[in-house]
Amino acid sequence: MSKLGDLGARLYRGEVGYDFVGKRKIWYGLSILITITAIVGLAVRGLNMGIEFQGGAVFTTPKTSVSVAQAEEYAEEASGHDAIVQELGTGGLRIQISGVDTAKSDEIKDALSKDLKVDSEKINADLVGPSWGEQIANKAWQGLGIFMVLVVIYLAIAFEWRMAVAALVALIHDITITVGIYALVGFEVTPGTVIGLLTILGYSLYDTVVVFDSLKEQTKDLTKQSRWTYSDVANRSINSTLVRSINTTVVALLPVAGLLFIGGGVLGAGMLNDISLSLFVGLAAGAYSSIFIATPLVADLKEREPAMRNLKRRVLAKRAAAASQGESPETASADEPYDQEPEDATPAVVGPRDQRSQPAARNRGRGRPSGKRR
Amino acid sequence: MAAPKKGRSASAQGKPGRSLALILIAIVALTGGMFLSGHTTPRLGIDLAGGTSITLKAKSEPGQESAINKTNMDTAVEIMERRVNGLGVSEAEVQTQGDRNIIVNIPKGTNSKQAREQVGTTAKLYFRPVLATEVSGAAASASPEPSASSSASKESDGEEATDKDEATPSDESASGTPSASATSQGRAVTDALAADSTPSASASAPASAGDDAATGADSKLQAQYAALDCTKPSVRATADDGAKPGDSSLACGQNSQGQWQKYLLGPAAVDGTDVDKAQAVYDTQSGAGWKVTMDFTSGGAKKFGDITGELAQKQSPQNQFAIVLDGDVVSDPYVRQALTGGTAEISGSFDQTEAQELSNMLSYGALPLSFEEQSVTTVTAALGGEQLHAGLIAGAIGLALVVIYLVVYYRGLSLIAIASLLVSAVLTYVIMALLGPAIGFALNLPAVCGAIVAIGITADSFIVFFERIRDEVREGRTLRPAVARAWPRARRTILVSDFVSFLAAAVLFIVTVGKVQGFAFTLGLTTLLDVVVVFFFTKPLMTILARRKFFASGHSWSGLDPKRLGAKPPLRRSRRVSAPVDPKEA
Repeated sequence: MSKLGDLGARLYRGEVGYDFVGKRKIWYGLSILITITAIVGLAVRGLNMGIEFQGGAVFTTPKTSVSVAQAEEYAEEASGHDAIVQELGTGGLRIQISGVDTAKSDEIKDALSKDLKVDSEKINADLVGPSWGEQIANKAWQGLGIFMVLVVIYLAIAFEWRMAVAALVALIHDITITVGIYALVGFEVTPGTVIGLLTILGYSLYDTVVVFDSLKEQTKDLTKQSRWTYSDVANRSINSTLVRSINTTVVALLPVAGLLFIGGGVLGAGMLNDISLSLFVGLAAGAYSSIFIATPLVADLKEREPAMRNLKRRVLAKRAAAASQGESPETASADEPYDQEPEDATPAVVGPRDQRSQPAARNRGRGRPSGKRR
Repeated sequence: MAAPKKGRSASAQGKPGRSLALILIAIVALTGGMFLSGHTTPRLGIDLAGGTSITLKAKSEPGQESAINKTNMDTAVEIMERRVNGLGVSEAEVQTQGDRNIIVNIPKGTNSKQAREQVGTTAKLYFRPVLATEVSGAAASASPEPSASSSASKESDGEEATDKDEATPSDESASGTPSASATSQGRAVTDALAADSTPSASASAPASAGDDAATGADSKLQAQYAALDCTKPSVRATADDGAKPGDSSLACGQNSQGQWQKYLLGPAAVDGTDVDKAQAVYDTQSGAGWKVTMDFTSGGAKKFGDITGELAQKQSPQNQFAIVLDGDVVSDPYVRQALTGGTAEISGSFDQTEAQELSNMLSYGALPLSFEEQSVTTVTAALGGEQLHAGLIAGAIGLALVVIYLVVYYRGLSLIAIASLLVSAVLTYVIMALLGPAIGFALNLPAVCGAIVAIGITADSFIVFFERIRDEVREGRTLRPAVARAWPRARRTILVSDFVSFLAAAVLFIVTVGKVQGFAFTLGLTTLLDVVVVFFFTKPLMTILARRKFFASGHSWSGLDPKRLGAKPPLRRSRRVSAPVDPKEA
């Protein structure tokens, strides 16, 4: 099996693990940094809206021998903006360029007439309105708003409100980063971009929910034991779904990476770049935030709950007691089942190790726990 | 390995063969349907395949030059967009060009004639009291040829004030009984004109010229009315030209006998903007066929109640009002009492399409301006062919990488994953191809990219399932019970997370318009297919393959080798032997 496969087994056995919850401050910090960068980028550079949103100029030429691809190059050179070129039934070209006003349009017209070798008189220039009107945008916002409310309600019912809040934070985090990168790179925002963002919205929530589902399952009956705090279990939950998260992310990212780096980079397909960039960044951010932001956030929120605080107190007291008996608390707690389900009903579940202070190797071969079971 | 525990696991796992057969039959049926229908490729959007571009120019009407302004043009764009792209999946684009032109781009393969009718029809609707009406022209015979405004003319062919033609309030449907109004002839005794005319009441047909001569301010209109010959298409087309809603006007319509009838109509009492929403319904009670019911806004309901109350006092034909759509009288029901229910209906011999078109137009509103078609031309794809090509190559390479990754990581199990992805891809493709002709679904580049992301979401379902199985194997279970136990947990995860995706799709589809709606449709479709494929294909296939020796014995290439997975010895946990560590209960 591949190394990743071994990793899966070792993660499963708890030989390795990363303390996502314990080191959450680092990742919160990193995310805040990235988000601030994104917001600053957005504020400073703004979004470069495409012709579909803000309208622009359209040039209709008579029949010409220049190919569509060439004309697109000429038009982009002359205007400095993305151009959409279509061939008309008459053999002429329709060239649409965003962000152009009347004065600029004359300039472009002259440049085009030179490049395309047609009489500038015969090029018909006109301003076009947006095809993605305000109404579409408004309805889209409205739809998003309703969806957010519903999804928070759903998550609050299916899971709990803390998870709903954390999922929402992760979602906003992903979208902000994606939009920010868009602003920084300076790509033009097309309807494709918006669709890409919506796709990310769906994916980000999906991924978070998968991780939360495992979290919910593992924290069931948590208060019936006093060996593990919520954070411990949350961390174990992340680690146990880590292989799934990595695999899913790889499988989702590979085709998009193909579009972005091969399709856009090597083969030079313009509009593909726009869409695949937003997808790539968004998918990566979505996978990252489910693990590094959403789950630790739930743990943070949960630890404030009185029941969980009590639990933590009990756990710490127990560990302290164990330590005073000369046993390291980690070992004491290393292999105890925390849930009370009979063995034949659940896979032999034993408690999570405290990843924080327990390197995997140290635990190897250590025998039974001493004393204090629960 | 397959033998022991047969009873329990077999019942727990259902009948995998049946599900597999079911989905294979579905695939074959859908694919067969696709080939039979002859639409073997999905329709592509303008950006990928090009299409037809229609340029419409706003007509300036005398006295209303200022009506062609940015606000009205934008409203017209919005309304046209919704007419051609009601479901949001057809990828039609509408935008203004210059000050008074609107471009409508329709992807290749759309019925462009129908689309041209949809965008061009103004759908200005007025309820006007009838001042006078009579059958027009001797040659009135049934010649239901279209008049100028294309789709409105369709509606006009069966209308007339027959008994099905009453305006009925929603709550009191017994408002009227048939009276002589169907053949009522004109008599212009009008309050509006404040001019008494001598009722010459010719009770029968072709009494064209001037039997009703009113005196007074509107004598000019009266004269025009007298001269009006509705049998000539050119006359019909211009009958109400220049008529303002607040003035009396002339109009033509066809009665139930197919005869052309001319009307002298009072000022509009209620207009299309007072209609809140309209719906095409099939009238099963009276068997009258398709009709269009309208709900008025509160203001509209009051106006409608007032006018019907007023009309109910009058003699025929002034107790009739005419429903005028784009200058044609679609219907001229009479009124027996004030209708205050806030609803009205237009009946006539509509067929389903006509009724639905009309209700669409009433719901989405009238164009604030009239337009004439200036040019219709083909356009090539907005994204060059090479872009699509590059995208396809890149996507294929990406997919190949996915397959390699799955094979390396999951080995034998990857067969199931890849087969499931294939099934999912085939289903998506076939359904998209079939939806092209069915609801005008067109695939654009963002949708293609969305489908590529859907690979990830679909694969995730398998991955969640596989990881669960492996965890069970790590517990020392043999494969069959491992599969049986892993499934319920994986199933819950898959359903919960797919529900979120589906919720997003459903909300966006209901609330939004245009391309966002199209996206929501694609998302919903792929999410549903994900669930279908996992339930009816991946799970049964896994169950069946778990019986094979290759997998069950944990062959090193099966992806389920207990040793490689680091499984515990079969006898559950034994702390002495295994490391004192804790399997994650993932």
